[in-house]
Amino acid sequence: MARAFDEILGGEDGPPTRDELAAIARWIETTPPEELRRRQRSAEATFRQLGITFAVYGESDAAERIIPFDIVPRVFLPDEWTRLSEGLIQRTEAINAFLDDVYGERRILKEGVLPEDLVLGNPQFRPEIAGMRPPHGIWAHICGIDLVRTGPDEFWVLEDNARTPSGVSYMLENREAMLRLCPELFRNFRVAAVDSYPDRLLETMKSVAPLGVAAPTCVVLTPGHYNSAYYEHSFLADSMGIELVEAADLVVDDDVVWMRTIAGRVRVDVIYRRIDDDFLDPLVFRPDSALGVPGLIAAYAAGNVAIMNAPGNGIADDKAIYSYMPEIVRFYSGAEPKLPNVETWRCREPQALQYVLDNLEKVVVKLVDGSGGYGMLVGPTASKAEIEAFRAALIAEPHRYIAQPTLALSTVPTLAESGLAPRHVDFRPFVLTGANMVQVVPGGLTRVALKEGSLVVNSSQGGGTKDSFVLMDDPVIAQSQDFGFGQTQTMGGMTQSQGPL
Amino acid sequence: MRLSIDHRTVYRFTEPQARLVQMLRVNPQNSHDQTVASWRIDVDHDARMREGRDGFGNAVTMLYVDGPVEAIKIAVQGEVVTSHSDGVLHGVHEPLPPAVFQRSTPKTAIDETLAAFARDATKGAEPHRALHRLNATVKEGFAVERGRGQPGVTAAATMARRSGTARDLAHVFVAGARSLGIPARYVSGYRLGGGAHRPAPHGWAEAWCEDIGWIGFDPCTGLSPEDGYVRVAIGLDSIGAAPVAGSRLGEGEEELDVDVTVLREE
Repeated sequence: MARAFDEILGGEDGPPTRDELAAIARWIETTPPEELRRRQRSAEATFRQLGITFAVYGESDAAERIIPFDIVPRVFLPDEWTRLSEGLIQRTEAINAFLDDVYGERRILKEGVLPEDLVLGNPQFRPEIAGMRPPHGIWAHICGIDLVRTGPDEFWVLEDNARTPSGVSYMLENREAMLRLCPELFRNFRVAAVDSYPDRLLETMKSVAPLGVAAPTCVVLTPGHYNSAYYEHSFLADSMGIELVEAADLVVDDDVVWMRTIAGRVRVDVIYRRIDDDFLDPLVFRPDSALGVPGLIAAYAAGNVAIMNAPGNGIADDKAIYSYMPEIVRFYSGAEPKLPNVETWRCREPQALQYVLDNLEKVVVKLVDGSGGYGMLVGPTASKAEIEAFRAALIAEPHRYIAQPTLALSTVPTLAESGLAPRHVDFRPFVLTGANMVQVVPGGLTRVALKEGSLVVNSSQGGGTKDSFVLMDDPVIAQSQDFGFGQTQTMGGMTQSQGPL
Repeated sequence: MRLSIDHRTVYRFTEPQARLVQMLRVNPQNSHDQTVASWRIDVDHDARMREGRDGFGNAVTMLYVDGPVEAIKIAVQGEVVTSHSDGVLHGVHEPLPPAVFQRSTPKTAIDETLAAFARDATKGAEPHRALHRLNATVKEGFAVERGRGQPGVTAAATMARRSGTARDLAHVFVAGARSLGIPARYVSGYRLGGGAHRPAPHGWAEAWCEDIGWIGFDPCTGLSPEDGYVRVAIGLDSIGAAPVAGSRLGEGEEELDVDVTVLREE
């Protein structure tokens, strides 16, 4: 494979000509690797202390690990960000329109834009809630749309996450760490702040409350402290200043949701749930679930509570539906998609299946209902045995798979064992949809594959994270190219940042 | 035909319950073939009741009861006027397209034995004929058990035993029809006959024929439902159409007692 495009150092056409990137490159160059490593360790120590850990499913020791943090930020230029945001907003609006349609009139099926059985026969389409409409007709309040990049102006959507996308706490904690450990970067560049995220999220929640509720009560619903994203749930509830509840704290009475508190019952209007549909309400979904709130769907159907994201959203981010997203965007927006999809072969189609079987060593094969990098074949790095196992699986159940070309994902310099080295990255920005606006938070979660050459960035597969800088217009504040990394100053920096530990 | 229905459900708990939330699907809907003349739900406790609809279009009554509750009795009574229609549905509110009813559920999962059974029963006949054959074949090959039976029985398990309640046989029919590529669903309701007092509402199936529409099939009789039937709720399987789905807050065990009486009024 040709050398991948590096977002800071440039591609085969030479280094980037933009001043901002050149300045970042100089920062990387002039900061001693030992100093970078020290700061990185400091950040990771903080994360461990905060408990930002995750459990890897299926690992026998079940040890909680922190996701490795890389000190070198990823950078978006103002014009890049503007274009990306427009594409993300367009895509999110289409996702919301699609959900409102497939659970309502089903125009998109009646007009033959999508094959009917792809939606109606899809396990992610939940007939139990068909005909119910969330307050304000908003379904996907929080979208995490995963992007990859292959060149200066080449961004691709890899995956839409319209259920309960996680990772926003990393965006916020990574930024905190960078502000503390690399203050010179923020002195020299105008980086858009992300710390308003909890306020924006709370505003979004309040805006989607059922009509007529003047001062809505909002809560975060978590499956509990044993969940791998519990830190994020409690972090978000804390920073919004609202209650973190478990299902047992909520009761439904007379089609109204109440929260038990020491001061008595409090009516709940908006629930940011971080539990799956299956566990929302045992009377409607999994009857054996002890996690749910009996009657919650009745309260929702009656229009007495907003659930965000809405139940049933899985149909919008299903990988089989994904391949139709360009058609979906065109259908609802009447315009061409601003953000392209990665070319996708639907293995349910015989011709596509044949192509995939003939090219298994070149493509990436994914389970339509898989996530977290499980059930995935990366052809170019797979062993013969792995390829043959996937060949058999594809022949047996072709409808369960899609395939995509192996993209030359962009790289960002990353602190590896041997020093700074290019590592592949992807990006999850967060799009908030409230009653009055759709907004993209200027930042997001950059995931980085820490193994050399690896294209799998999932944390469960050895991926790490980076801060994601969105530079504002007129981004370079100081034209001075002295970042202050003489040896002596490095010592000073060390002393300074040991304080908080 | 004018049918009077009396459907009593009693839950008794070994420990008092602090709260009950129940979802009832016990309200029949008007269609061209059935008219609800009178209908009422009585509960022997102070209860808050709310009417709504589920995603399948069934009428749903939410029941909220504060404890302590040691037992609760739900009495559903009413009269329905029916007409004969060869089992073909007319004028039923259908919010979902037939393709939704092609999906399997854990209770109606299709295995090779079931698929072979459906294939052998129908021998490549066109859908409408195939469905009648499938229905007749279940009727001939399976013993009908009275009683409520075990709630978790799968179609595959019933296949192996060649015996089951009305509900179990309906699951076999539903899974068999789906294995032939025909959308099918479970129906809960009431049926005249089979003794005055029955320990459960009746259950049968419906399947979709492109040119005809939804058609009812009762594998207990091998025939389509006629005017002795009252249709109440549908679902992908019996769980989705259950007359009572409940949750309780409290310890202990529960005991369920159901008595259904269907009579013909002159």
